[in-house]
Amino acid sequence: MTTIAEKPPVTEIGVLGWLKKNLFSTWYDALLTVGSLALIYWVLRGVIDWAIVRATFSTEPGACKEARSVAAAAGETAGACWSVVLTNIKVFMIGRYPIEEVWRIWGSLVIIAVLAVLTWLVWRSEAMIGARRWVVIGWLLSLPVITILLRGFSEKSQVLSLVATDLWSGVLLTFVLAIVGIVASFPLGLLLALGRRSKLPALRVFSILYIETIRGVPLISVLFMSQLLLPIFLPPQMRFGTVLRALVGMTLFSAAYSAENVRGGLAAIPLGQYEAAKAVGLNDVLMMALIILPQAIQKVIPAIVGQFISLFKDTSLVVIIGLLDLLGVAKAVTGQTDFIGLQKEVYLFAALIYFICSYAMSYGSRRLEVAMGVGER
Amino acid sequence: MTHSSSAYSAARHHGAVPFWRDIRILRAIAQLVFVIVVLAVGVWLLGNYRNWLAERNLTFSFRFLRLEASFDLAEGIPFKPTDSYARAFLVGVVNTLRVASVGIVLTTLLGLVTGVGRLSRNWLVSHIASVYIELIRNTPLLAQLFFLYFAVILKLPTLKMGDQITAITLPGPIYLSNRGLAMPWPRLSESFGSWWPFLIVALVVAVVLWILRAHGMQRAGRPSFSFVWVALAFLAVPAIGWLVVPGNPLALDVPVVKGLKAKGGTILSPEFVALTLGLVVYTGAFIAEVVRAGILAVPKGQAEAARAQGFTETQILRLIVLPQALRVIIPPLISQYLNLTKNSSLAIGIAFLDLYAVSNTMLNQSGRVVEVFLMIMAAYLSMSLSISLIMNVVNRRIQIVER
Repeated sequence: MTTIAEKPPVTEIGVLGWLKKNLFSTWYDALLTVGSLALIYWVLRGVIDWAIVRATFSTEPGACKEARSVAAAAGETAGACWSVVLTNIKVFMIGRYPIEEVWRIWGSLVIIAVLAVLTWLVWRSEAMIGARRWVVIGWLLSLPVITILLRGFSEKSQVLSLVATDLWSGVLLTFVLAIVGIVASFPLGLLLALGRRSKLPALRVFSILYIETIRGVPLISVLFMSQLLLPIFLPPQMRFGTVLRALVGMTLFSAAYSAENVRGGLAAIPLGQYEAAKAVGLNDVLMMALIILPQAIQKVIPAIVGQFISLFKDTSLVVIIGLLDLLGVAKAVTGQTDFIGLQKEVYLFAALIYFICSYAMSYGSRRLEVAMGVGER
Repeated sequence: MTHSSSAYSAARHHGAVPFWRDIRILRAIAQLVFVIVVLAVGVWLLGNYRNWLAERNLTFSFRFLRLEASFDLAEGIPFKPTDSYARAFLVGVVNTLRVASVGIVLTTLLGLVTGVGRLSRNWLVSHIASVYIELIRNTPLLAQLFFLYFAVILKLPTLKMGDQITAITLPGPIYLSNRGLAMPWPRLSESFGSWWPFLIVALVVAVVLWILRAHGMQRAGRPSFSFVWVALAFLAVPAIGWLVVPGNPLALDVPVVKGLKAKGGTILSPEFVALTLGLVVYTGAFIAEVVRAGILAVPKGQAEAARAQGFTETQILRLIVLPQALRVIIPPLISQYLNLTKNSSLAIGIAFLDLYAVSNTMLNQSGRVVEVFLMIMAAYLSMSLSISLIMNVVNRRIQIVER
């Protein structure tokens, strides 16, 4: 038997085939391609020229002013001056946190890293299923331990001296706000979600009112409430610092969103689970605690990660109430006399940090969703 | 069911279920306890507030709204320092609505284009769209606004240096400078009074034709005349009016640079430009994802079946894919509009005088923390509620269309 195998035309395979299929399939496709290429060229050229080719990387004082005057003498605009970022890198990261106490932050990071590696190892093998409980307990314990480590005991303490929460700033504060916001809001959100599905009208109405009110107003108004109204509505002996008040605001705000996430998880549990739990004689509390909630919480983990990412970005709003988180520090840096007029560099750097963190987290959550088979249900 | 409930009531009747195990009584007690706790906390909080007021010799009242504000607001409807606090609040509300309405229109367009671009078969176009979406969605809006305002808009060239116009000039003329954006704008002239009845007639004619067309469509299964005729009629009536009425009812007012300022046309402040642009770009990325999800939600078989029946590609998009995609798109789209409106409160970060920023000034000036806070909440909640109301109406209509 002879097979007459004609080779496919070159325009259908290989690089040319790919180009034709993806870039030049019709005449307007070709137009779009050319237009896009022009756009990419224009943007990349501008960015690379400004950020790298004509940029100043020297960290010597006055380097930026010098670069600018050189450029002005030559009759052109100056490129980026990255020394504002390079000299302030510590400020961006920890802000006003005392520099001699930085080991505490490293210590906290080590605790988190060790726990993360342990989690990964334990969850990977079925053999270590018994150890999972200990890892969860470790995570729960890590919160108070890290809080004490970062804050210290009292001013006179020899071991860990007090670092008031109002000194926490920079990326550190951004993460503290986001993590405390999500962790503290979860139990509240859980209660609110259960309240919203409760058979008791008083609880239901209260939960619905709370959730819908908070979701209907911007975060900034809730932060405003925590800053100005808490001191008014609490007795004078219960006053606390701005950072703590911001944390209260974040938590109250985030709880409404956690509640809606949990409600989604509860709605996804088949009715048969409730009926089966009732049939084996569990009462309402045990049914929720042993049967329904464990399944519901597992289902909402991806949604909670998503909420954490948006909370992480939303922490930037504390700038408006005067806190120095990453964006607040950036704003303060643009006011330094040595680096007048370098807003572009500073805000781009801050945005880059936000981008890296939240992109990494959303990539992680996509992997998590695949691992948990979210799409396949 | 009947059996068990009658057994239950029988048991009750015999007193076999003591009241402390009767589920109905337990529920009532639980609710009562909850209400009492909530009320107690509320009373405690209000008591603290009363003490706070007493220390300062204040009372809770909204009477301060009638007082002279004695600060200036240079954005939106005219305001002078002798106007009242109430008017200041109104200025803020109007400014928020201005940003929200312009923003919603523009962001819908941007989101639609990007969402469709993201699904384009063209590799470059879909990747440019996804880079834009990822960059925007993974950075905070406030950081974007700071960048836009402090690093871009305030760094634009000045309007005029010496005798030369240094602003970025686009045909129109549109002047873009660190003083904001000046562009041509239609102004009503004197003859507009005799022209506007034509507009109403045009609207009536178009609606009547539309109803006739729909009627024909229901009876014969196809429209008796094309949609183009409706549009033509709608445009023709005002055009006739334009010829009949003496003079031009609308005149294009063109900005002119006079001294150090632009006059005429419409002038948008740099804060307004930065806030609107920032909100449009930010929300657009989210709308793009909504649009993409909506289009992907229409099963492939729908388009294939239509193609098999001989529909053209435009007909498939217009009659098969879009109506079904819209059903998925509209609810999340409206909640994005709501997000845009709420996010406009970030205006205070870049000194745009929206509802929140004006309230903040009012509060610093008058010291009426709780009153102003209640006003802010009421304003945002009524906006949210009206948007959710629209959403519910739309949802119901969509459901009727469905089967």
